[in-house]
Amino acid sequence: MAQEQKQPRRSGETEETTQDLPETDVAERKEALDSDVDDLLDEIDDVLETNAEDFVKSFIQKGGE
Amino acid sequence: MSVRRIMGTEVEYGIAVQGQPLANPMVASSQIVNAYATATLTARRARWDFEEESPLRDARGFDMARQVADPSQLTDEDLGLANVILTNGARLYVDHAHPEFSTPEVLTPLDIVRFDKAGEQVMLDAARRAATLPGGAPIVLYKNNTDNKGASYGAHENYLMRRSTPFAEIVSHLTPFFVTRQVFCGAGRVGLGQDGREHGYQISQRADFFEVEVGLETTLKRPIINTRDEPHADPQRFRRLHVIIGDANLAEVSTYLKVGTTALVLAMIEDRFLTTDLSLEGPVAALRAVSHDPTLRQTVTLRDGRTITALDLQGEYLTRARAYVEQRVEDVDDQTRDVLDRWESVLERLARDPMLCARELDWVAKLQILQRYRDRDGLDWDDAKLQAVDLQYADIRPEKGLYQRLVASGRIERLLDDAEVDAAMHEPPEDTRAYFRGRCLEKYADAVAAASWDSVIFDLPGRESLQRIPTIDPLRGTKAHVGALIDGADTAQQLFHRLTRGA
Repeated sequence: MAQEQKQPRRSGETEETTQDLPETDVAERKEALDSDVDDLLDEIDDVLETNAEDFVKSFIQKGGE
Repeated sequence: MSVRRIMGTEVEYGIAVQGQPLANPMVASSQIVNAYATATLTARRARWDFEEESPLRDARGFDMARQVADPSQLTDEDLGLANVILTNGARLYVDHAHPEFSTPEVLTPLDIVRFDKAGEQVMLDAARRAATLPGGAPIVLYKNNTDNKGASYGAHENYLMRRSTPFAEIVSHLTPFFVTRQVFCGAGRVGLGQDGREHGYQISQRADFFEVEVGLETTLKRPIINTRDEPHADPQRFRRLHVIIGDANLAEVSTYLKVGTTALVLAMIEDRFLTTDLSLEGPVAALRAVSHDPTLRQTVTLRDGRTITALDLQGEYLTRARAYVEQRVEDVDDQTRDVLDRWESVLERLARDPMLCARELDWVAKLQILQRYRDRDGLDWDDAKLQAVDLQYADIRPEKGLYQRLVASGRIERLLDDAEVDAAMHEPPEDTRAYFRGRCLEKYADAVAAASWDSVIFDLPGRESLQRIPTIDPLRGTKAHVGALIDGADTAQQLFHRLTRGA
């Protein structure tokens, strides 16, 4: 069956290399990560509903299931 | 057994009509389903066949009387709400006040991810089509589980199990697992309590809505272990475990681990491999306590008096699963190994620093965004902007949904590519009876009067009565069984003739 041959990529490779890095590289990586998240916030600011309060208030659902 | 098993998910989507907060959600949900059905189903629309449905059948061995049931439990009454079967074998319909997508039956966790994600694309396509209809207002769909005002709607999983496994065994071994698996499959939520009255962040969307340990209900007094027992298969051999405690996940790894680890635990229960009692003291309270602590340091108490974190309790299950696969499973398949490896990797990194899993798990990805907003803008947890981020994370539109933005910018790990997911919008899985259902809908739509999980009903020219083909065995009707037969039958009459002649 064709579906069985498709396998997800293996996990865990990136973090193993992280563990072996000296402290300074870890700090640098963290800094890079933080700056990436800041870029992300800028992107999210662009798409986030402008009136958050109204948006949140008007999201009313009925129960389901 | 391994992670392979007959499984499926059902997700109810949150629904909002833009600019009309008081719009009737049943009407809007019907517009969604009808818009998709009209556009994609070229011929007559097959009805859902309710004959085999029994929502009041209890796994503990009795039926609830219809008179004492809450009206919301009578899901087998056709209320005239939109309800269609798709060519991929899935069911798209209106359940109460939400559009719902039920995946076809599949055999592997990765196929669950594939069809669960295909469901998102079907919903997206449906919403876009509904917006183009005359008088159609823009409808936005959310893959989440609460409005943070007291309402919750479900994301259910289904696992076919051996009937011979005592239900009490399932309850005792599965409950501690369900209470703690949220550490990797929680979807994250801003707000504590059913109506979000207290401020803060928690791991799970659903934890605060569970009130009892075991029960039949899904809409009130929600139980950690649901006892609904409609196997949609031979009831002598199988029960269907209907799991209502999960969150609707967007992250593929969260969905994959949710289903893969659960399948492994079920295999261990069926094979009587779990002998240690890990039962919790007060599982309902433990479920909330775990959810309310995103630092993952909260401990829960076992009945034997031991205290343990959710991560360590998951570790107990992982250790046993590794031993089980080593000792009891021959020719271990790649997905089983991959689920074990990822499970271990995620638990280990969550223990070091949960943020190490921001590329894989919903609740961590969401928390990372929220935490940066708090740091940058000095926001408290009651700030509407943070609640908006929570909601908008689940918006399924690629241009607006925050999860979708994470994917688009490569910040979330994927297990599948878009082409694989898009194909699953239309093509059924090949290794279950969903193949037969889907292909019949695709090829003989004119002649299919109704269908359900366990039947396809034909209305054939020249025959007065409808002809019902039962599909009671989920592992029959696969491509290997009927692929050539369907390929070679130009009409439904030919197919029916060849099927019944052989029987």
